[in-house]
Amino acid sequence: MYTKKECVAMLLAGGRGSRLYKLTDKIAKPAVPFGGKYRIIDFTLSNCINSGIDTVGVLTQYQPMVLNEYIGTGEPWDLDRSVGGARVLPPYQGTTSDWYKGTANAIYQNLNFIARYDPEYVLILSGDHIYKMDYSKMLDYHKERNADCTIAVIDVPIEQASRFGIMNTYDDGRIYEFEEKPPNPKSTHASMGIYIFSKDKLFKYLTEDEEDPESSKDFGKNVIPKMLNNGETMFAYPFSGYWKDVGTLESLWEANMDLLGDNPEFYLNDRRWRIYFRNYALPPHYIGCEAEVKNSIITEGCNIHGCVINSVLSNGVVVEPGAVVKDSIIMANTCIKKGAEINYSIIDTEVVVGENCRIGAPRADNVKITLVGSELEIDPGVTIEPGSMINAADLASLKNKNN
Amino acid sequence: MSTAGIIFANLHDSNLPELTRQRSMGSVPFLCRYRFIDFALSNMVNADISSIGILAHYNYYSLMDHIGSGKNWDLARRSGGIQILPPNVSAYAETPATYYNTRLEALKYNIFNIERIQDDLILMCQCDCVANFDFGELLSEHESSGADITIVTKKVHLTTQESRNHVIFDSNSDGKITDIHVKPNDITGYKDVSLNVIVISKKLLVTLIHDAISHNFTSFYRDIISRNLTSKNIKLFRWDGYYADILNFEDYFRTSMDLISNEENRNAVFGIRNRPVLTKVRNSPPTVYGDNCKVSNSLIADGCIIEGKVENSILFRGVKIGRNACIKNSILFQGAQIGEHVSLNCVVSDKNTTIRDRSVLSGNESLPYYISKGRMI
Repeated sequence: MYTKKECVAMLLAGGRGSRLYKLTDKIAKPAVPFGGKYRIIDFTLSNCINSGIDTVGVLTQYQPMVLNEYIGTGEPWDLDRSVGGARVLPPYQGTTSDWYKGTANAIYQNLNFIARYDPEYVLILSGDHIYKMDYSKMLDYHKERNADCTIAVIDVPIEQASRFGIMNTYDDGRIYEFEEKPPNPKSTHASMGIYIFSKDKLFKYLTEDEEDPESSKDFGKNVIPKMLNNGETMFAYPFSGYWKDVGTLESLWEANMDLLGDNPEFYLNDRRWRIYFRNYALPPHYIGCEAEVKNSIITEGCNIHGCVINSVLSNGVVVEPGAVVKDSIIMANTCIKKGAEINYSIIDTEVVVGENCRIGAPRADNVKITLVGSELEIDPGVTIEPGSMINAADLASLKNKNN
Repeated sequence: MSTAGIIFANLHDSNLPELTRQRSMGSVPFLCRYRFIDFALSNMVNADISSIGILAHYNYYSLMDHIGSGKNWDLARRSGGIQILPPNVSAYAETPATYYNTRLEALKYNIFNIERIQDDLILMCQCDCVANFDFGELLSEHESSGADITIVTKKVHLTTQESRNHVIFDSNSDGKITDIHVKPNDITGYKDVSLNVIVISKKLLVTLIHDAISHNFTSFYRDIISRNLTSKNIKLFRWDGYYADILNFEDYFRTSMDLISNEENRNAVFGIRNRPVLTKVRNSPPTVYGDNCKVSNSLIADGCIIEGKVENSILFRGVKIGRNACIKNSILFQGAQIGEHVSLNCVVSDKNTTIRDRSVLSGNESLPYYISKGRMI
């Protein structure tokens, strides 16, 4: 069977995203819900299909059940193909295999998957950013320069540059130095964690890296610096546009809020660059007689009788009369009972917020975001302090304290 | 016993001339995101009927577009699944005028497809109603009662005027149908009217259709049911759940408006956990509410952008409501673009209409104003 592809994408989706705390107790970071209907991984998968890349290996490891189910056959992204398509690649047992020990090792263990398609180029992606990017333009850039490796970079403010991996380049874009989180950054080209390798170089360096006992098996820490040292042709591909790492609760909240307003910072309703997602047929949402909805996003299956301001609601959310939701993200099938008030919070899926509960505090400079974990039932009248992060155990101890 | 489904997609198109100009009854849009055929299809799928034929006569492009491979109903199968059965137009055939019009003519025309069905039972229904039937219960009742044919009815109060639109049954205490009145002129009071959902064994149906062909019968009720009332055991299955008949455009409007305000009825259709109403899923982003919008008592699909006022209305996908617009008691199909300062009352706008700034349009609750597909005002 003829299975050759020009470019194969490998999507690293095995990370926990520990700075999302209790949101990623039960799901991997790429499966975290976003923007009412999406999950974080939808953006990368949609970018792939919109860029003409139809073979995507999705490497999963941490809490993969929801993610695996979500990707399924890849049908929502038109990635259900006879040859190629979306393929979930979990760690496996074999003579030389084990758990994925780092980004480079994860790809190394799946070189056989890449080899099946005999591609010229391999695109390495991570499933934890919100952005729209045409990878085919980056691939053209890589081909034009006959590069061995091309790394996508975005300009960040110089004062923030020390939080990123910074690429120092010549005027023509060629990289001469890579600095991971430099205290005194020389440039503002931050790596977006998107790499295109020419296949032979990738195979060579991953095999060498695997044999190096000192290596921590990471692209940024080991593979990229080694290729630079060996004088390989490496270019920085400048990307401009919206790009957000949603690795922290604050940045996840901000990225959700970027969808609101007359001219949203990030526009979802873009016919020329659709973001695809898996969804089910839920009834339309209902806005009741006493409801008040302002500057918000609401989706299928919701039932709104209360007040929703500056918020993003996922499917099946119920807001009862007299309840107030402000500056918050409410995830799927959560119910906010009568008179409850929610400010500057993220409430995970399937939560019941009891009558007259108080969660979080109105958004202000010194107020921290509040997080309520999934599948909790909060008793009526309970107050959850701003900045707290609640899961089942916390809720039990909160109950004891109040008794 | 295994059951196959037959859905009549074009019966009674002429009841809704406004909405069926370019589509079949089955693909008339309803309630933000559905098409009428979704109810029939979902009811069947929820009763584990996984082999379904759709008899489509004309105007079936939108129906085919909606059904696709059937995957949204889990009916994209290697064995069984969904099949659209359009008329067999051949270069050598007689003129299209010999196409079928009635239920029985459609069955006669498709006898070869019906003979091929592998299942024991056949459940037939049509698309001009809104109901979340429990077909599972119907099928087990049919089997346990030993009936040859079971017809679903609903007991409703009829005026003389209304009786002319219905098929009415008399029955004995066992539920056996003793007499049938097809669109009678003079029957009033509480009567069992047919909901046009019929269960019959495949074998019997094939026999009856062949009989109809040889006798040139044309009406399933007049020619088949009424002639077999004594020789066959024909029972009724009384449905007491929610059911809305769509007999005309006013019914369409009234039923839509009722489902906005009446939560009980809405839940009787959409709130049954083990019998969800399935439909084609699309890729619309969530609906965005602006800073100055005011929305109350409305059902809203995804992909809308709302900046104005919306009251007692139904918005389908991708509708945009401009600033200071005021939409009341209206139904706006997919893609309506409503400008600023527009005022609408009792309006039904078909797909992709544009209503420019400062337009004022109003119908009446008994005579809603209809704007045809793609119109710009």
